[in-house]
Amino acid sequence: MMFSMKSKKGAFAALAVTAALVMAGCSSSSDDTTESPDAGTSPAASNSSDDAMTSDANLAITFLPKNLGNAYFDTSDAGGEEAINEFGGTYAEVGPAEASPDAQVSYINTLTQQGVGGIAVSANDPEAICSALNDARDAGVKVVTFDSDTNPDCRDLFINQATSDGIAQVQVDMIAEQIGDEGQIAILSATANATNQNAWIETMKTILAADHPNIELVDVVYGDDDDQTSFDKTAALLQTYPELKGIVSPTTVGITAAARYLSTSEAKGKVAITGLGTPNQMRSYVEDGTCTAFALWNPADLGYLAAYANKALIEGTITGAEGDSFEAGKLGSYTVDADGTVLLGSPYVFNADNIGDFDF
Amino acid sequence: MSNATIEKTAPRTYHDYAQPLWRRVLLTREMAVVVALIAVYIVAAIAVPNFSAPITITYLLLDVAAILFIALPMTMIIITGEIDLSVASVVGLSSVMFGITYQAGIPIPFCILISLVIGAIAGFINGFLITVVGLPSLAVTIGTLALFRGLAVGFLGTTAVTGFPDTWSDLATSTIPGTPIPSIMVIFVVLLILFALLLHATPFGRGVFAIGQSSEAARFSGVRVERTKMKLFILSGILAALAGVYYTLRYGSARGDNATGMELGVIAAVLLGGVSIFGGRGALHGVIAGVLLIGTLASALRLANVTSDVINIITGTLLVFSVVSPSFFAWARSKWARSRGKRGSGSATLAADPPAITQPDDTPSNNK
Repeated sequence: MMFSMKSKKGAFAALAVTAALVMAGCSSSSDDTTESPDAGTSPAASNSSDDAMTSDANLAITFLPKNLGNAYFDTSDAGGEEAINEFGGTYAEVGPAEASPDAQVSYINTLTQQGVGGIAVSANDPEAICSALNDARDAGVKVVTFDSDTNPDCRDLFINQATSDGIAQVQVDMIAEQIGDEGQIAILSATANATNQNAWIETMKTILAADHPNIELVDVVYGDDDDQTSFDKTAALLQTYPELKGIVSPTTVGITAAARYLSTSEAKGKVAITGLGTPNQMRSYVEDGTCTAFALWNPADLGYLAAYANKALIEGTITGAEGDSFEAGKLGSYTVDADGTVLLGSPYVFNADNIGDFDF
Repeated sequence: MSNATIEKTAPRTYHDYAQPLWRRVLLTREMAVVVALIAVYIVAAIAVPNFSAPITITYLLLDVAAILFIALPMTMIIITGEIDLSVASVVGLSSVMFGITYQAGIPIPFCILISLVIGAIAGFINGFLITVVGLPSLAVTIGTLALFRGLAVGFLGTTAVTGFPDTWSDLATSTIPGTPIPSIMVIFVVLLILFALLLHATPFGRGVFAIGQSSEAARFSGVRVERTKMKLFILSGILAALAGVYYTLRYGSARGDNATGMELGVIAAVLLGGVSIFGGRGALHGVIAGVLLIGTLASALRLANVTSDVINIITGTLLVFSVVSPSFFAWARSKWARSRGKRGSGSATLAADPPAITQPDDTPSNNK
């Protein structure tokens, strides 16, 4: 019995020592924090609120992508950082590891507590982060969405990367230029009921009929956004239409699969391939001459514009109302459209000359 | 009963407990977690800017509320030596059911009721496969994890039901007037009291511990093992469904992929709170402290601008440490006892043994 008592006493002593160490660690770290900021005498709490006040005026803008470790958002946030460095603000990037609907909420709450000036967010869910964003706005934080919008009443501005019309127009322009404005073309789309793609295809048909009477759209096939299916559909198109001069694929999966087929077939260089793709997926096909040009928006410009829009909101130059206009550094002047939307511009065309500048 | 009368007549030669009450309450795994929670809170309040603001508590509790709900029945299930991995999928299924019934124009109280019934059915399916068919809970609930999630996503596809009335969404996110405590905590505290009484102060609760110690011995002592487990899995389904309703109202969005992966958060917190994964020991106050500890750490690290990967690394390390430490200390203690044994083997082995046996009784609400 005595031994057991002693052992317990020893355990308790060990616990007490551990607790003391923890407390000591805590008190020393508290010394650090109270001494390092300018006012050494003020308690930590008021210090932190001072920080919040100054950063509020100092254009602290935080980017909150759908998730971290995503090359697309790395590029857009780098664009935002460039802009924020230009106008002397404080750039930060936070985000969840996975793009689940609610994951961004706790980050938005944290930013509200930190009292940042503005948040630039690409929403994982249009509704789930709404109340958190509105809490932030009530606390004076300006909210700009980019790439992926929330409901319009939860943010001040949405930076729209491209319109449906703009995407349709650039694809028609590219294919017309690549095939000399005459001949047969086909479209390799995603799934048969893909909303975005179907809207673009309808607009492309209208533009083709109006402006390019010599181009004949012979078929629209669906690769289901599956690499192998898209590859097979490309092969089938070339066999069915021997006179085919070009393929337009308004989906990143389709254009890559089609380019891969063409690059190894004898049709390489004779049948044009264009559409919407990402530089990393298309790089080798642009370099080997399979594809002359393809389009997408420039995510770096998107982040750059989001940062400048946030700055204009924080400084009070604009309120997000329709017709407001602001300067966005190297991109020039922008005007707010209906529903607090700012359009980045026409899609960005990637070709052999500029593809080396992009990594996403 | 007859045993008790015999014991009263025969004078005992040993004490009721090997340790005085304060030791039994304070020198436990659970209290270590509580102390860690308080320490982390104090350190964060001093070292992390903005952490000491009351709003931190609001956001923190809102974030962990769903996990707290599910942790209540999960604690009891793990104490019996079983596990329920399907809880997050039940959250998703209940969220989707709530959305679909709301969209169909059913009044919200009935939507909640339907969701809870769906949760109970989901729990019954788990319980049936485990207790009647006799399959291991790990295998069953991995299966239903996929099954319930599949149903949830299948019912709604990739769409979401939104636009719940403000009165109900506010109920999920509002705070008790004059305090930073979210209103949802009122429901939680009521449930916590019920579960604490059930686990620590009823024959049913004693049975839960007995099953975890030895299912066979419990059966021979008259514990209805299957029925107890069935009730626990149904409770787990209902509480997960309640968490699903809360989750939906809090984020205003009923989606099939809501709360994906939450089961790991729940189980991590329960284990961190001192519940043995092998069953037989644990207490609710440790689990609550475990949930709050993980939540507080994440909240403080986020405020300190630590990235999500590092937060995961820290939480993971903490969890591994918490699971490994009891075995390590037990090993160290037995080694120490053995080295002492040369001088007084009889009392040393006696001293080493009682804690292992009496620890389940260390729960504070048990006696006095």
